[in-house]
Amino acid sequence: MADTSQTPLTVRGPARTIAHLWMILGIIIVAFPVYYVFIASTHSVQTILRPPLPLLPGSEAIANYSDAFGGGIDRIGGVSLWRLLGNTTLIALGIALGKIAISMASAYAIVFFRFPFRMACFWLIFITLMLPVEVRIQPTYKVMVDLGLIDTYAGLILPLIASATATLLFRQFFMTIPDELLEAARVDGAGPWRFFKDILWPLSRTNVAAIFVIQFIYGWTQYLWPLLVTNSNEMNTIVIALKKMISFADADTPWNLVMVTSILAILPPVLVVVLMQRWFVKGLVETEK
Amino acid sequence: MRRTVFPNKVLPWVLLAPQLAITLIFFYWPAAQAFRQSVLREDPFGLSSKYVGLENFRKVFADPAYLNAMQVTVVFSLLVAFFALGIALFLAVQVEKLVRGKGFYRTMMIWPYAVAPAIAGMLWLFMFNPSFGTLAYPLRLMGIDWNPLLNGDQAMALVVAAATWKQISYNFLFFVAGLQAIPRSLLEAAAIDGANRRHAFWTIVFPLLAPTTFFLLVVNTVYALFDTFGIIHAVTSGGPGKSTETLVYKVYNDGFVNLIMGSSAAQSVILMVIVIALTAFQFRFIEKRVHYG
Repeated sequence: MADTSQTPLTVRGPARTIAHLWMILGIIIVAFPVYYVFIASTHSVQTILRPPLPLLPGSEAIANYSDAFGGGIDRIGGVSLWRLLGNTTLIALGIALGKIAISMASAYAIVFFRFPFRMACFWLIFITLMLPVEVRIQPTYKVMVDLGLIDTYAGLILPLIASATATLLFRQFFMTIPDELLEAARVDGAGPWRFFKDILWPLSRTNVAAIFVIQFIYGWTQYLWPLLVTNSNEMNTIVIALKKMISFADADTPWNLVMVTSILAILPPVLVVVLMQRWFVKGLVETEK
Repeated sequence: MRRTVFPNKVLPWVLLAPQLAITLIFFYWPAAQAFRQSVLREDPFGLSSKYVGLENFRKVFADPAYLNAMQVTVVFSLLVAFFALGIALFLAVQVEKLVRGKGFYRTMMIWPYAVAPAIAGMLWLFMFNPSFGTLAYPLRLMGIDWNPLLNGDQAMALVVAAATWKQISYNFLFFVAGLQAIPRSLLEAAAIDGANRRHAFWTIVFPLLAPTTFFLLVVNTVYALFDTFGIIHAVTSGGPGKSTETLVYKVYNDGFVNLIMGSSAAQSVILMVIVIALTAFQFRFIEKRVHYG
């Protein structure tokens, strides 16, 4: 038997070494910006401000990180690092779980029930794909003001949880459930809730995990929306707080703490991608279909 | 078509209600308002407004700043799509040449997907900022007058680099999947015919990747148009001058900072048309992909 990991694209000898070298170069380019900031986060301000930066971690790591968590960030932005991380986590989780809940519910209604205007509802949801927030910035802001949602968690989360992609994905998946399964469940006297809880939910779990990973990252990396609907620093996400820190940059900016904040803004979603890689890849490939 | 369904008449509406409510309040109502405002002229305080027909659109298209933003957007999108697709395809081909280490390389390539665009921009700004950027330093030593905060072309280069860096991981993943989907028999036949690898790549592999490439081209264009707002806002704020002001940045700036409602609304409507065209294009094309795939 031939080695199954070999494909006709596989090469041998020096060509293989060259391919490895290209990949290593690729990884270095991809990783370098983050590595650079990580290194900077372990040096003192004086070292950072005197380029070139050493390529190895410095001795200030513990000092910088404990200072950042222990009040250093409060001095720059007026809000603690804990608060920023807490806000961002809450928003990312709220968006991911909210999207899953409401799009599962609507897909369930569209696939397993018959009612007037069923397809009209589907299209109504589907067309929102073509209305990203960027094309309706000002009027959406006005709605937020009228509803009193500025500077609230609801305002940061609610408008982002309506998602055509998640609804489409669940609809597609629900349609693959064989008719016989539903028939059998109904013969056994199962109602909509029983069928969902005992049959559909266990079958949906990998899809839910895949959507969760993608939407958690989507929530964590939001920029334009939090920028619009928050005025108070208390409500900042870590990404927005970072932007504010660097735009008021002056000679006294504690760059070492800015670097620590950057690392902490990057780390959580990257960990989610790396640790949940299987679901991440599935989610990415399927949400784009 | 599903034959068995639940008989309930009210329950489906209850299940649909949250999504429909959010969609109507936060999507349709504001979009309708954008259309309405685009044909009105309003004073900045919103005290009075009057119907002006297509006047706002005429003004937008006659505005040199808007035409500049359009040009900036086209240049920016083309550069980002070209580099992000080119580099990702090259690396995907390299990794498919290997037997060992594929999983490791894939993990190392995909994680930048999780970095917020705005932060990607800041990372590149840290490395290349004229005062303490470590990589700006060698540029200076080489005699280049490096200052992206003052030089428009350099600012563009910086935001293109950041936007490309962030998008490589996504494209890489799809190109690897595309390469793996190419039927072995075709490649083996080419090998037997003694086609050299470079020739085989351009005549067999590359054409067979066309569906993936087209799909990614649309996705990358949408990404460059919309998702890169954070990069531009965080790194250049559209400057210096207006050299990195894209269409989305201008909508934000006019509607939110300068408070020119009619013009901003007209720009929103134009953007909507662009998104609808791109989405329609993508879906037409995806149907084809499913058909052949």
